[in-house]
Amino acid sequence: MEKFSYVNATSLEQVTSLLSDSGWGEVMVIAGGTDLLGELKEYIETPKTLINLKTLPGMDSISADGSGLKIGALATVADIAMYPEIQNHYTVLAQAAGSVATPQIRNVGTLGGNLCQRPRCWYYRDETVDCLKKGGELCYAIEGLSKYHAILGGDPVYIVHPSDIAPALIALGASLKIVGPEGEKTMSVEEFFTLPATNPYRENVLEPNEIVVEVQVPHPKSNAKSFYLKAREKGAPDFALASVAGVFEMEGNTCQAASIVLGGVAPAPWRSTEAEAALTGKMITESVSMQAGEDAVKDAQPLNDNAYKVTLTRNLISRAAMMAAK
Amino acid sequence: MESWGEASESRLIGKRITRLSGKDKVTGKAKYTFDINRPGMLYGRILRSEVPHATVMGIDMSQAEALPGVKAVIPLIESGKKLRYQGQEIAAVAAETDDIAKDALRLIQVHLEALPHVVTEADAMAEGAPQIRENWAGNQSEPSINKNRDVAAGFEEAAVEVEATYHTPVQTHVCLETHGHVAEWEDEQNLTVWASTQGVFGVRRDLAQYFGLPPNQVRVITEHMGGGFGSKFGPGSEGEAAAKLARITGKAVKLMLTRKDEHLVAGNRPSMTQHVRAGATRDGRLIAYDMRGYGTGGISSGAGFVGPYVYHVPNTRTERVNVAVNAGNQRAMRAPGHPQGAFAMDSLMDELAEKLGMNPLEFRRINDSSEVRQAQYTLGAQEIGWHRRNNVPGAGNGVKKRGMGVGSGQWGGGGGRGTEARVTINADGTVEAVTGTQDIGTGIRTAIAIIVAEEFGLAPTDITVKVGDSAPGLPSGGSGGSQTTASVAPVIKTAAAAAKQKLFEHIAPLLEAPVADLRVGTGIIYVASDRTKTITWQQAAGQLGMESISEGGHWAEELRKGVVAGTQFAEVEVDTQTGAVKLIKIVAVQDCGLAINRLTTESQINGGVIMGLGQALLEERFMDAQTGRMLNANLEDYKIPGTFEIPEIKSIVFDTHRKVTGIGEPPCIPTPGAIANAVYNAIGVRIRELPLTPDRILTALAEKKA
Repeated sequence: MEKFSYVNATSLEQVTSLLSDSGWGEVMVIAGGTDLLGELKEYIETPKTLINLKTLPGMDSISADGSGLKIGALATVADIAMYPEIQNHYTVLAQAAGSVATPQIRNVGTLGGNLCQRPRCWYYRDETVDCLKKGGELCYAIEGLSKYHAILGGDPVYIVHPSDIAPALIALGASLKIVGPEGEKTMSVEEFFTLPATNPYRENVLEPNEIVVEVQVPHPKSNAKSFYLKAREKGAPDFALASVAGVFEMEGNTCQAASIVLGGVAPAPWRSTEAEAALTGKMITESVSMQAGEDAVKDAQPLNDNAYKVTLTRNLISRAAMMAAK
Repeated sequence: MESWGEASESRLIGKRITRLSGKDKVTGKAKYTFDINRPGMLYGRILRSEVPHATVMGIDMSQAEALPGVKAVIPLIESGKKLRYQGQEIAAVAAETDDIAKDALRLIQVHLEALPHVVTEADAMAEGAPQIRENWAGNQSEPSINKNRDVAAGFEEAAVEVEATYHTPVQTHVCLETHGHVAEWEDEQNLTVWASTQGVFGVRRDLAQYFGLPPNQVRVITEHMGGGFGSKFGPGSEGEAAAKLARITGKAVKLMLTRKDEHLVAGNRPSMTQHVRAGATRDGRLIAYDMRGYGTGGISSGAGFVGPYVYHVPNTRTERVNVAVNAGNQRAMRAPGHPQGAFAMDSLMDELAEKLGMNPLEFRRINDSSEVRQAQYTLGAQEIGWHRRNNVPGAGNGVKKRGMGVGSGQWGGGGGRGTEARVTINADGTVEAVTGTQDIGTGIRTAIAIIVAEEFGLAPTDITVKVGDSAPGLPSGGSGGSQTTASVAPVIKTAAAAAKQKLFEHIAPLLEAPVADLRVGTGIIYVASDRTKTITWQQAAGQLGMESISEGGHWAEELRKGVVAGTQFAEVEVDTQTGAVKLIKIVAVQDCGLAINRLTTESQINGGVIMGLGQALLEERFMDAQTGRMLNANLEDYKIPGTFEIPEIKSIVFDTHRKVTGIGEPPCIPTPGAIANAVYNAIGVRIRELPLTPDRILTALAEKKA
């Protein structure tokens, strides 16, 4: 990796002022580093300065009350997966966090880093490939090897968003707090992520001088059941070929409301309003659940090697819905 | 005639004995090449081609040389020469730290003229493809054609036929310790190299030749090494570079390859694509086999594979070609040519059996002349519960479907001449066994201790075993071809026997008995005809005074034997919604002759099965036609088995005789075929290419439905 200077953060004001005016890539923040270090070692990123956020006090806390959860951006993935209140009432989030990588990575990787991680695309991660994501002309996945690429929302960059936690948070209706030079703002996690048609170079709305500081998750309704289903090629560590975060408000076998968010199939966590519509107000049966899956992928546009993800995604949605009905 | 004696007489041989180096390995005390650090040592790195095909127009090393901390920069290719694959060596650097060495590589300016590349077999064979290898028109070698009897006549006798194309991709070795060396010159004429190698004396020979030195002026040390699988026989250009950098700088140089280098240049198992037509008679005899196939070993040749395999086919015609692509050279990889050929043959066997309406196991029995495997079929079928197998592939309505399959293999492993060893008994009772073999990880150190301890009535931990060092001048061959134990054991056994004889001669007068009447017991020597006459080992050795006994051994043909048979059964569960294949159980019945150490023999079988299941379910090199680059030269997207993938493995040491045979390679051969057949049995759709990843399973299921 290139040499850089390393600054321990002392306050959010200091962090945002150091980030200001630098544009992307000159000054970067690091917490767990499980994603960033790989990018540095592969020369995908070559910052001049790294700001260590781990020295910010109190930003790793998790708290829960009757209205919901507050999770600091520095909380580790392992903390989230193991937090009893999350395991008991926010199952989809505990399952998603528990499915990330390996224990070692979960122990250091943070919530903020997980949400802001960069794509795993093998063209993007290759220093010598000047792909569209990195400012080049071409998304190589279109003509190239696309087994792990997007089937939804890809144009013009067919990366998939690698986060497991993000789909779970969106399914739970979470919001996040961002701090920048002008102070803080809150937005839904769903709005946070963007598609390449909006900005092919970034995966979210963060400005270069902003950071995510906290995530807030409303308490699920008492009749909610939630699941995170993740299909992968090996047990661990592996990113999702496709995943489904589902929150279902059930009355008996009838689904009163459903929240279905897909991972691993689009450049951003992909909320499937089609699947939600197909389930809402319905008694969940095999055919209803299958229809929800079909509806979710009806606009899928697979590349050369990833048509299987259409089937896989459909089946995972159906399986999640059937689990809710049990 | 030498013999290993009867099982009932063995106190140690054939028992489960804990690996002598086990504690050192799990506590981190064991030093691998990666762990060797020498005073003032420099770090070496190699600049490699990032392009698949180009002509080198010039290399400017001046900026790298000027970087503080850089001690030497050497070119590894001349201007005007061609780079023919990503990863090919361009230059090497030695610097005070590894980080400086890495930075220095980026300061070397390489001027290239790009040439058109082909990195997939299909592109290489396509009309109009650029020719990338001299004399290989169409990027193909001259076909190798073999015929046996009359294949056309054979098909006339056939009642059923199968015509199919089977494919296995390139697989890389993924040795957990990468290739590399620490090289240090004592003076201009004497070189010491710590090498992660499976051939200590091969590395010595090659480096001596490279520097024009007598071999005994090069010392190679491999105390422990982290896997070779056929890819670590010589020093390679990285070993030569390390020694050259050390010579120039006058310092020790450590040069270990990166994980990316491993995938790109440190060898691989060639791909295989074979189009085969085969026929069987109504009564289930294989009668005709006509196969055309190709594979790529990168820019090199060597992409052969077996076929027909194990089962006897009287009428055959086979045609094989090597296809050149712009990718790193193949190297021998655990049972070269066998696992891929076995996968195709065992798939074909099941397809033929189905056409005949026969149980695939019954069909194998008819066509397999190996009595050993016939017995293994019975045992393995019992262990897996073959009677529970689906009779109708794909039957059942559940989402998760189970199936069973069987696969077979064969290997040599008989060892050979070329090992020298010494066994020494000292007056203080200590015993030392020395030979120049290396422990590639299979446990030869422990096997040697067992053999000597058995001979002397001692415990394996009483024996100091020294291997992995060329300095004593006791050569042994490379650890390849499953030959190590069978090559080393006879020499160690005869050396120990000779030393024992000497000791007996020394103490016979004391015991007032003829030498022929002396025996060893546990820690004692006694007179067979008068058991009251005993002496402890310590006392006996004490009689030696200042003179140790030190005896060499000799090759003894009758102590070893080659040719082994193996059979494996797999039970799988396929999730038909996600395409995930979960292994339930693998039964590996492995013919192995005399297992010196049953515990490490079982470990070898386990290891082979794990490597085989990686090939079956996960491993695949992805080459990008656009850029000419390997896209998964890492362990994120080149996936190897982890604990989640490894099922219950029932490794059965199937002893068929009391002669030593190596089995490092054969247990990885039957696994992919057995798993592929089990997947077919579960889902009722045949997938003719590996690995059996969810994309292939789901695509196949969708095609079946359509």
